[in-house]
Amino acid sequence: MAARLLSLVALIALWGAAAHFSDPRHLPGPVAVFAAMRRAAASGELFTAMAVTMARVAAAFALAMALGSALGYLMGRRALVDRLADPWIVVLLNLPALVIIVLLYIWVGLNEAAAIAAVALNKLPNATVTIREGVRTLDPGLDEMARAFAFSPLKRLRHVVLPQLAPYFAAATRSGLSLVWKIVLVVELLGRPNGVGFEINMAFQLFDVALLLAYALPFTAAMLMIEAFVVQPFERHVSRWRPRPA
Amino acid sequence: MSRAGDLGLLDVRVARKRLVNASGQTVEILSDFAFRLEAGRIGALIGPSGCGKSSLLRILAGLDRQFEGRVMRPPGLLSMAFQEPRLLPWRTVEENIRLAAPQIGEGELKALMNALGIAAHRTHFPGELSLGLARRVALARAYAVKPALLLLDEPFVSLDAPLALALQNHLAALVADRAVTAVLVTHDVGEAIRLADRIFVLSPRPARVIGEIEVDVPRAAMSAAEALSLAARVEAMRIPA
Repeated sequence: MAARLLSLVALIALWGAAAHFSDPRHLPGPVAVFAAMRRAAASGELFTAMAVTMARVAAAFALAMALGSALGYLMGRRALVDRLADPWIVVLLNLPALVIIVLLYIWVGLNEAAAIAAVALNKLPNATVTIREGVRTLDPGLDEMARAFAFSPLKRLRHVVLPQLAPYFAAATRSGLSLVWKIVLVVELLGRPNGVGFEINMAFQLFDVALLLAYALPFTAAMLMIEAFVVQPFERHVSRWRPRPA
Repeated sequence: MSRAGDLGLLDVRVARKRLVNASGQTVEILSDFAFRLEAGRIGALIGPSGCGKSSLLRILAGLDRQFEGRVMRPPGLLSMAFQEPRLLPWRTVEENIRLAAPQIGEGELKALMNALGIAAHRTHFPGELSLGLARRVALARAYAVKPALLLLDEPFVSLDAPLALALQNHLAALVADRAVTAVLVTHDVGEAIRLADRIFVLSPRPARVIGEIEVDVPRAAMSAAEALSLAARVEAMRIPA
């Protein structure tokens, strides 16, 4: 923990030093950015933008994880589904995020549904592939045990399948969150009238780097918090049964 | 449907069971495999290793339906102790038992855990147990269900002799007071004689029943000489693999 903190302080010091020797319009120092942050926070705009963006991240992430894992589960279990859906997943995996976003804005319109769908579609194949890998490693012995003891489907899912998939869910969540929030900013920049991405676009129009960083940094910090206080504790909880070296 | 006398009968007739092995060849594992076991009796299947005993148990458990023939099971619950413990590593010992046997009461669970010597490990995870302990938990889970049909796949191997004996006695007591039909797969003739009411001797692959021995002496009253003569009869029927 101390090492992490020290490393973070060193990064800020380096930033301050670099800002000192360069044009403040191109690279404002920590003090200037903090002042811009305070102004944006005082007007309430910073928190509104963060809340709007966070809501989009949550919606797109939930949608992609739910549909993506369900599809990944089916593909891992049923060879036919795997053969049918695999080419689609490969196409989706390799389609640039920008193409999906622009196409959906054109087809569906410049609205919230198109924005969320575009982000979810970018993340979905990633979740599918990860969960499919997990399903392929499911222990057939435990499956037989559950069948011999006549576990109900719900009991089998909760006590036999999901605990085995937990590491894969954690991996999909970790890579998913970072992917989703980056794409949400692009979606906002291209076609939404609010959110962190929209504010960053405004800062870009004004060439205001301090404002840009004032929106980008708190949001990055918020995502780091989610990783540290939600994802990691979840991982620790689901792996508590693994014997640890004392 | 079935006559009153048939209630609880285990009647197995597997005409054929084939498998495709890793190199793509079709091998016949079971051929004309038939046996019957009345309710409340323990049947032991003895055969050379690799003869298809575990495949047969999977068919009896309803885990494998890809075979020619039919299996009539006693009505009611089924439980099984596999060759490996197959416990859920992310659930405690108690949760593993309760998941299989949700109806079990606290007193009953305690008595069962005490009898199998696992009471001290109630809140432990399977990863913290030795193999012997994990096997005992798997047996406790199989007993806790109060099944009508109990399937045991070499449940006492890799346990030290006194412990195996204690667990065998526990199984015998359990079957005696609950009228469970039990099928025990083993390659240990002594174990079969100690536990079974009827011993089925199997041929090498493709397996079929080549001999049946009724153990009519009450288990507790069996003398060493009687056990030896039974063992000799079993050995006389066996065909080396």
